[in-house]
Amino acid sequence: MAESQTSEQILQAHAHDEHHGHPDMEEVRTFGFWIYLMTDVIIFGTLFATYIVLQQNTDGGPGPADLFQMGGIITSTFILLASSYTCGLALLSMHKHNVKGLISWLAVTAGLGAIFIGMEIAEFNHLVHEGATIGTSAFLSAFFTLVGTHGLHVLFGLVWMIALIIQLAKRGITPVTKRKVNVISLFWHFLDVVWIFVFTVVYLMGVS
Amino acid sequence: MVPSNSHQTPEGHGSFKSYTIGFFCSIILTLIPITVVMNDWLEGTWNSVVLMTAAVLQLMVQLLFFMHLREENKPRYNLISLVLGLVILLVIVAGSMWIMLYNMVAV
Amino acid sequence: MWEKIKEFASEFFVTGDPLIYGADVTIVLTLIAIVSGLTYFKKWKWLWREWLTTVDHKKIGIMYILAAFLMLFRGGVDALLMRAQLAMPELNFLPPDHYNQIFTTHGVIMILFMAMPFMFGLFNIMVPLQLGARDVAYPFLNSLSFWLFFSGAMLFNLSFVIGGSPDAGWLAYPPYSGTMYNPGVGQDFYIWGIQISGLGSLMTGINFLVTILKMRAPGMKLMKMPMFSWSVLSSCIAIIFSFPILTATLALLFLDRYAGAHFFTLDGGGNPMMYINLIWMWGHPEVYIIVLPAFGIFSEIVSTFSKKKLFGYKSMVWAMMIISVLSFLVWAHHFFTMGSGADVNAFFALTTMLIAIPTGVKVFNWLFTMFRGRITFETPMLWTIGFIPCFIVGGLTGVLLSVAPADFQFHNSYFLVAHFHQVIIGGVVFGYFAGLYYWWPKMFGFTLNERIGKWAFWFWNIGFYCCFMPQYVLGLMGMTRRVVTYSWDKGWWELNLVSTIGAVLMAIAFLFQVWQIVDGFKHQAKNRDTTGDPWNGRTLEWSIPSPAPVYNFAVLPNVSRQDEWWEQKQSAGAHQTIKQKLEPIHMPKNSGVPIVMSAFWFIAGFGFIFDWTGFIYTGLAGVVGCLLYHSFNYDTDYYIPVDEIERTEAAIRKVNI
Repeated sequence: MAESQTSEQILQAHAHDEHHGHPDMEEVRTFGFWIYLMTDVIIFGTLFATYIVLQQNTDGGPGPADLFQMGGIITSTFILLASSYTCGLALLSMHKHNVKGLISWLAVTAGLGAIFIGMEIAEFNHLVHEGATIGTSAFLSAFFTLVGTHGLHVLFGLVWMIALIIQLAKRGITPVTKRKVNVISLFWHFLDVVWIFVFTVVYLMGVS
Repeated sequence: MVPSNSHQTPEGHGSFKSYTIGFFCSIILTLIPITVVMNDWLEGTWNSVVLMTAAVLQLMVQLLFFMHLREENKPRYNLISLVLGLVILLVIVAGSMWIMLYNMVAV
Repeated sequence: MWEKIKEFASEFFVTGDPLIYGADVTIVLTLIAIVSGLTYFKKWKWLWREWLTTVDHKKIGIMYILAAFLMLFRGGVDALLMRAQLAMPELNFLPPDHYNQIFTTHGVIMILFMAMPFMFGLFNIMVPLQLGARDVAYPFLNSLSFWLFFSGAMLFNLSFVIGGSPDAGWLAYPPYSGTMYNPGVGQDFYIWGIQISGLGSLMTGINFLVTILKMRAPGMKLMKMPMFSWSVLSSCIAIIFSFPILTATLALLFLDRYAGAHFFTLDGGGNPMMYINLIWMWGHPEVYIIVLPAFGIFSEIVSTFSKKKLFGYKSMVWAMMIISVLSFLVWAHHFFTMGSGADVNAFFALTTMLIAIPTGVKVFNWLFTMFRGRITFETPMLWTIGFIPCFIVGGLTGVLLSVAPADFQFHNSYFLVAHFHQVIIGGVVFGYFAGLYYWWPKMFGFTLNERIGKWAFWFWNIGFYCCFMPQYVLGLMGMTRRVVTYSWDKGWWELNLVSTIGAVLMAIAFLFQVWQIVDGFKHQAKNRDTTGDPWNGRTLEWSIPSPAPVYNFAVLPNVSRQDEWWEQKQSAGAHQTIKQKLEPIHMPKNSGVPIVMSAFWFIAGFGFIFDWTGFIYTGLAGVVGCLLYHSFNYDTDYYIPVDEIERTEAAIRKVNI
């Protein structure tokens, strides 16, 4: 640990040297991403508000208790939780300057994310076959939009993570790739948090 | 947060231990509401209170153990923006519920 | 085959109205003129390298303001058409459906495609210079923001000649904006035009928030920052937390129209009132987003032209921050009549009245700054002085509207129309004009003709009162918003005629401004701003030459006080150059990705509007491709070597002496 500290200090000092008299640009970029996450909080907040207001409006169609199959949902929840953990492990490897470890943990994270997406697609598929589509009722419109928006975010994160793995393999750990890994890990933990609320508000409260 | 300043805070990125603790906490905080719901232990308001409490606690776990919000340097813009964001989130959700669900005279 | 094409074309292009044929011809002629002009003068490469791909905040700012002026023209023509229709009773100048389109596009264009880009232009040009920074935090993103805005604006304006304009009002309330009552493509143009430019606005908000928090010159504590930068910060906070609501809400409306969802429909359990609730959660902060920077501009100008430090700096800062957060707590006052209970209406009436307090604080601060100052009346100061009474009246009628029971009478009457035009023209537009006149020398390096500027000012002001004061009365007489015509026996025609005359006066004022700018460019050699500080300014932007070199500051300034430049001039005598060692300057490289990505967004938006899947896939794939290309590109910046800085500085000085 001590050794990695010093080499990191050198790296930092070097990065600082380059931007003499300027703020550390990689730090500034990470902060900007955090602000972007705040805007995403508001987007999901709007979708949650819509869902909560419209969830009783099933228009005589199926409601949450008739539709949700909790087994699959609970499994995918734990898969996403695990991926948040493996993403943290990837970060730990990065701070130990272990490129291989970093890439493999990111790959595991992406793999878990892919399984999550696959299960969500399967769930939507099932619902549509049951005749519950986005056009069935206000409740289902709000449901598909809220859950689907989260899914789209995960999908976007997946593509981004794969792109980042390629860059890491090519360039190793530099101040720039390091910032990119930090940023995507923030994104990934954020999606985990959003899912916890989707799971609680939509699924758990829906079936209870 | 802001890991690039880590050389000032030696524990800046968390450790294997802290990530693992965080992971276990989040698993437990997920299992509690699942058990409550699946066994129909609670109803109505209390059910919602327990579920939301578990979710909020898990949010804290993620923020502290995974996103390292505690380790931010001053001025704590990340924390300030998060608090402001959550307040406005609450305004959006609670405000919509109040206006649309609980205070309509013309339904 | 020919028949089919003809049938398609008559659906695709808007037909049957001489106004629109006129627009068609004008658009085609303008395009031909631009393309052939660029080709003849061999300017394509220059245009691409110097403007289209630039990441320089000063150039992006100029492009924003140019676009805003074009949109001001289009929105102004809409306004004149409406006033012409209402000038006399029972006129048939515009048929009702066309009238609906005109008031819809007038509102959308003026708020989203005129005020917003005008504001972003001023942000871009001035914030980095005031902060003593070399650029914004994310120059690439900045360029992307501009081109997204541009794509969105073009998409929206295209609806005039292709497919048909939206006609459901500037906020497109369902159910009228849903497919059931509005099956055409107009509303889809509305959704995608705003959605794409809204993405740009959101990014600009993030960009300037981070710029202000992280990129200030060494020593510039937040509480030593110029007031305009503070106002930008408060405006950005509101952008960051409100624009996502707009994005989400319009996405839901789009799903209603495109995928048959039931969020805001009358059937299927949908609830149109939810849309109104959501859209005003964005809509109300939005008006503060555009007016807060105007407050900042007035603060700078009042202090400069009174030769005094701004009165009550701290209270000004707090007032703006409080306004920016309170603006999220008042939205329901836009629909007091919707059927909420007394509790909701009382709460929102109260919060609305509360907002008047910080606003009042600011007005007193401006007045006290002028008190016993050595005031000079150049055009920027004139606009400021014109603004204060206008905004007070507009604000007070706003307080009247906030009284929920009384609002049942005022709601959607011309009283409301007069109120919001008074705060938006009197506050926002006057403010941006003041800012434009104030900073014009810094942008272009020459000063404008003051005489023409004063003519423009007086025409604008007299025209304004002439146009909108009668509308308050008309509202109280019962004239409702958005009526296409009225009968003789209402007794409204005299006031309406006066109002139309006022609109014409404002149009003449606009022509004066165009003339002033053209005249300025013609005589720029004579009016060159050689000092870099034509108004005897107080903040850092006046410490560098006009126009600013690409890197802004050859040596980053060290700030220790408010009004740093003014204090420097007082203590050390003006224009003392402190010899400091130059260092290579780190700059971002130009990039073509933003304009290409925005073009793909345009294609995708067009595809969604007409439901052409080929376009949708091409557009979205292009967007993802651009993102990936940018992610893999590590060659994004360069250094300006010391000798080049020396040469540039020497050249600027030679011209200046």
